[in-house]
Amino acid sequence: MAIGVKVMKRPTQQTSYLRATLKGMALTFSHLLRPKVTMQYPEEKSSKDWTLSSRWRGTHRMLTDEQGRAKCVACGLCPQICPANCIKLVPGEDEEGNRYPLIYEIDEFRCVFCGYCQEVCPEEAIHVGVHYENSEYTRDRFVYDLERLSAQTHPVSTLWDPSDPKGE
Amino acid sequence: MTFFIVSSAIKVFVVFNLIMVSVALLTLIERRVCAWMQDRLGPNRVGPQGILQPAADGLKNFLKEETSPAMADKALFTLAPIVSFVPALLTFAVIPFAAPLPTRWGIVPMVVADLPVGFLYILAISSLGVYGIVLAGWSSNNKYALLGGLRASAQMISYEIALGMSTVAVLLLAGNVTLSQVIAQQQAAHAWFIVPLSVAFVIFFISAFAETNRLPFDLPEAEAELIAGYHTEYSAMKFSMFYIAEYSNMVTASALMATLFFGGWDIPFTTWDSTGDPSVLKTLATLVVFGFKTFVFLFTYIWVRWTLPRFRYDQLMALGWKVLLPLSLLYITLLAVAIWFIRTQLGWEYGPGMAWALGGLNLVLLIALVWWLDRGRIVSGSVQEEAA
Repeated sequence: MAIGVKVMKRPTQQTSYLRATLKGMALTFSHLLRPKVTMQYPEEKSSKDWTLSSRWRGTHRMLTDEQGRAKCVACGLCPQICPANCIKLVPGEDEEGNRYPLIYEIDEFRCVFCGYCQEVCPEEAIHVGVHYENSEYTRDRFVYDLERLSAQTHPVSTLWDPSDPKGE
Repeated sequence: MTFFIVSSAIKVFVVFNLIMVSVALLTLIERRVCAWMQDRLGPNRVGPQGILQPAADGLKNFLKEETSPAMADKALFTLAPIVSFVPALLTFAVIPFAAPLPTRWGIVPMVVADLPVGFLYILAISSLGVYGIVLAGWSSNNKYALLGGLRASAQMISYEIALGMSTVAVLLLAGNVTLSQVIAQQQAAHAWFIVPLSVAFVIFFISAFAETNRLPFDLPEAEAELIAGYHTEYSAMKFSMFYIAEYSNMVTASALMATLFFGGWDIPFTTWDSTGDPSVLKTLATLVVFGFKTFVFLFTYIWVRWTLPRFRYDQLMALGWKVLLPLSLLYITLLAVAIWFIRTQLGWEYGPGMAWALGGLNLVLLIALVWWLDRGRIVSGSVQEEAA
């Protein structure tokens, strides 16, 4: 032995290949019969062990009032706070002096899903949603305009509440 | 003569298709059993419970591009999959898979070719399979493939000896290598050869794993070290042919284990299947029993694969040359003496008495063997223990 490798003397029950093999075979066979953890995604979207959190921040949704108009008053706070600069807002005003968005677009590719827009919104109009299935055939379909944001129906995020950090 | 040719042609056709279908199903079973053992579900999308997955895989392999490395030896590169595919399918020819089938024109033995040389033929043909692997490794002009091919040749040669030696035990007891005769003897004695030859079965079982390149002996493939070993450079149907060859080797090895040691198509605890006139019912029943026995071994193959880690190369060689070979030689010597004693001194013919007497001897040997193997001598570290 050129290099001084220390070889440990271990008891038989630890070094026996035979026993280890049989133990391993028993283990794999027991796993064969155990319940499986796979969730079959398109059919099952949640299981008893796993559901999407209510705090999940997904693609946006604009809430509407009773007349079906967007609640947004075009105050400009969300494009201001947006760290990714993904919200495009052009404000307008009607004859009664109510402000409303002429253009309200969110580029979902630029969005980092921080949820600040929802936190900052004084009218509780813009929300991030509990939603994750967003595939489209073209890239330009990912710029959501006001009409599309208002038409979304998925649940909105509850976000993280600092006064209730564990969500109880 | 016409009857022989026609019946043989039909049998060849049926057996070929049966093997291909069972290989296809086996790839699915392998993947699903593996998934279950890992608490997953496995492929279950194509058809009910994924039953059409092999068809989808096959179609995919037909449509994929045939790549060929620029510096490869084209002729050998093309030849290699064929050389490993053909022997893998040929070997099943001598294995009887059911009781003889009566037809209007005569009785058809349910074996493609009941060769008098029996399992010698299997040993001969299955060793040809290694040429395919070595050629694949060589012609790919890829160092990993070449290493895989080298390992395959060394491994196959080493374990073939132990495999052959363990079948010598069957030869000693049966006095015949024709597989239909081997089965007939087991039926006549009401004791399968697993009873009087259990140690030979253990050796055969281990060697068969090595011969078919299955884990824990899949050194020629060894994804972790050699990417995919000898078939690294292969794609599409060429790769598929290696794959089919591997699985049909498994089917043949399992069928051979069932035939040599577990009575082949014999239905246990009854003489109904082997005595009296042959009937269609008997053929079907024995076919099912044979299929079941084979499947048990195939399942064991899969089960072992997803349990044991791969041996290191020196461990593999040590197990083959230092454990299995001396063990089988010793065993043959002991067995030959015991058979000589029983045949000439006691004057018994092979029957239940002799089977159980030898069974007792084997039990003692098996206990000694397990005791010895249990001392941790099989898989040693890479450094020798210091002399005390």
